[in-house]
Amino acid sequence: MTDFTRRALVKGGTAFGAASALTGPALLDWAKAWAQAAPWKPEKGAKLSMLRWKYFVQAEDDAFVKMIAAFTKATGVNVDISRESYEDVQPKASVAANTGTGPDLFWGLYSLPHLFPQKCMDVTDVADYLGKKYGGWVQSAQQYGKAGNKWICIPICYSGNMLNYRVAASTKAGFSKFPDTTAAFLEYAKAMKAQGTPGGFPLGHASGDGNGWVHWALWSHGGNVVDKSDKVVINSPETVKALEYAKELTAAMIPGVGSWNDASNNKAFLGNEISWTDNGISIYVAAGRDATKKDIAEDMNHSFWPVGPVGKPTELHLMYPVLGMTYTKFPQATKALMAFMLEAENFNPWIESAQGYLTHCLNTYDANPVWTADPKRLPYREAAKRSLTAGGLGSVGEKAATAIADFVVLDMFANYCLGREDTKGAIAVAERQLKRIYR
Amino acid sequence: MTDAVLKSRLDKRPIQEPTAWDRLKVNRNWLGVWFMVPAAAFLILFLAYPLGLGVWLSFTDAKIGRTGEFVGLENYEWLMDDSTFLLSVFNTILYTTVASVIKFAVGLYLALLLNERLPFKAILRAVVLIPFIVPTVLSAIAFWWIFDPQFSIISWSLKKAGLISTNIDFLGDIWNARWSVIFANIWRGVPFVAITLLAGLQTVSPSLYEAATIDGATTWQRFRYITYPLLTPIIAVVMTFSVLFTFTDFQLIWVMTRGGPVNATHLMATLSYQRAIIAGSLGEGAAISTAMIPFLLAAIMVSWFGLQRRKWQQGGDND
Repeated sequence: MTDFTRRALVKGGTAFGAASALTGPALLDWAKAWAQAAPWKPEKGAKLSMLRWKYFVQAEDDAFVKMIAAFTKATGVNVDISRESYEDVQPKASVAANTGTGPDLFWGLYSLPHLFPQKCMDVTDVADYLGKKYGGWVQSAQQYGKAGNKWICIPICYSGNMLNYRVAASTKAGFSKFPDTTAAFLEYAKAMKAQGTPGGFPLGHASGDGNGWVHWALWSHGGNVVDKSDKVVINSPETVKALEYAKELTAAMIPGVGSWNDASNNKAFLGNEISWTDNGISIYVAAGRDATKKDIAEDMNHSFWPVGPVGKPTELHLMYPVLGMTYTKFPQATKALMAFMLEAENFNPWIESAQGYLTHCLNTYDANPVWTADPKRLPYREAAKRSLTAGGLGSVGEKAATAIADFVVLDMFANYCLGREDTKGAIAVAERQLKRIYR
Repeated sequence: MTDAVLKSRLDKRPIQEPTAWDRLKVNRNWLGVWFMVPAAAFLILFLAYPLGLGVWLSFTDAKIGRTGEFVGLENYEWLMDDSTFLLSVFNTILYTTVASVIKFAVGLYLALLLNERLPFKAILRAVVLIPFIVPTVLSAIAFWWIFDPQFSIISWSLKKAGLISTNIDFLGDIWNARWSVIFANIWRGVPFVAITLLAGLQTVSPSLYEAATIDGATTWQRFRYITYPLLTPIIAVVMTFSVLFTFTDFQLIWVMTRGGPVNATHLMATLSYQRAIIAGSLGEGAAISTAMIPFLLAAIMVSWFGLQRRKWQQGGDND
């Protein structure tokens, strides 16, 4: 079996997944039994509505719809699902929280529940139930899930943001193995640019890929937005070092990254314009699906972020929590649905259908075949474990969310890397803004 | 006899003084007020109240999901010293001024052109309207591709023609980005100006031109002393609207640059949205929106007093 192609592996993985997953009547029987035994009994005549982020892969949404249908059959609770682009869930949820009316559940981005923690249902019992049953929550999920000692949301999954690179070009530049330190990575970027196969990270207002890399650059050099007690400590020699590193790195990127948003690097990578960037697994999946781009899929791989002078991983991945609003008339049904989504019988086939886009936050799911079916997906399995939280050392609450959403750190890096300000000026602008956010 | 009957009837019925309410019901002057009530209620509910609420929010530290406390002018004091906000004010003024002036010039030129006898006049007029018909978001996405750093059709063509060797960084370079979004706005705004001015041109009586031609007036004189003065009321209205639309533009910027690179294309409207809705600081965002009001009022005043207060418009001589 030495001539294993990636296709064969994927096919094999799917077959295995299908065999292990419950389908059709078996799923319904299981769901009915689950509804009987579950600690949360939906209210009579309960009806739920949920607003979720719009899928990246159709298969994921299909699996999700199937799961919801089983829930409805087993419990009699109708669930109305609407979908919004992941950036638009937040404003809608915010308005709903403000006005006290709207969908019962919101499934959005990492910072969402912490924008209005007092409007989120206490779901500590659900989190404890799931944590006990499935090997415990990863560290970052616990930080994201809790406000104080109370769980205010259920972390469903992460979407990992890892380095994507072309193998042949990297080998040609003298890097048979992807660099694993920041210093080696800078050399890599320079060598890649020198041979005409540059890469790039976005410096425009790209909420995912842009925030991902600037926070990595800041943290890997020991810089921090705030300390443990939420005091602003951005003005430090470490931040200066991070900025200088990023500027050198930017000089070794393809021109034009200043305007890149979250989609730009995907386009450029798939158009053979760049040979490395940071992204979810979407480039790989898109390349594998398109017959004309198969060579890209064959020739690319993924890697963890290089480790900087601080000596440990400093990555930022997006977490997708689901939260229930306190105004819901059906809190028991809401909790039942949350728990139902993360039960192995549902979660395994669902996360598998996502083809590596999504990473679990419960340790037991490390064993899901999605990660072993295709070794190129493997780095994404660790996303939840390697991720730091949005607030860095500080709290994960509203303030951290605001700082990220307002692109304070991203603008600081862009200001310096694109030559608008010197380090002092760039840091001063960010510090002033952060002090107001963290007052 | 009859007197007695009448008298007894009047005696039975006590004379009632009409109440204030009775008078209001039938008073002719109050009738106008009654007719105005629905319209006024509509305006207050949907215009005055949200505006007032926005202004009120700007004096609080409200966050999304939490009503704030009154903090007086704190938001404004903070913004006065905020380099991003000041940059957005500069960007907005630059964007509005340049785009409006060019939109007016090109729009007027197009209107004059379309007012001439041209072949396929009706089709040409319809074609001019196309940029205005296309939903803004769609045209913004089209421009986003046209100005893409890697896949720009402009860069590609120039490269194929051998005029440049590397792609033009349209949206990544600060000034390039500003001109690019201004260009997109002009493209989108010209039809509105052109078609409205064309409508104005068609109200000008041809006999005036005939008389002027007989008197030996040149083309320029006919434009300067007939077309232009008769067109000023329309120009005032069109430019007021055009300036207001441009000043409050949001979609084009949001789709193309999100305010980047390094906030070089953030307008007050986009910055307000980013701070208030995306980042959750309602109070601060409201303060940015409220700060737009003086600029908008000034723009309206200029066009109102500068262009529309001609004596002849009020029935006097224009001397």
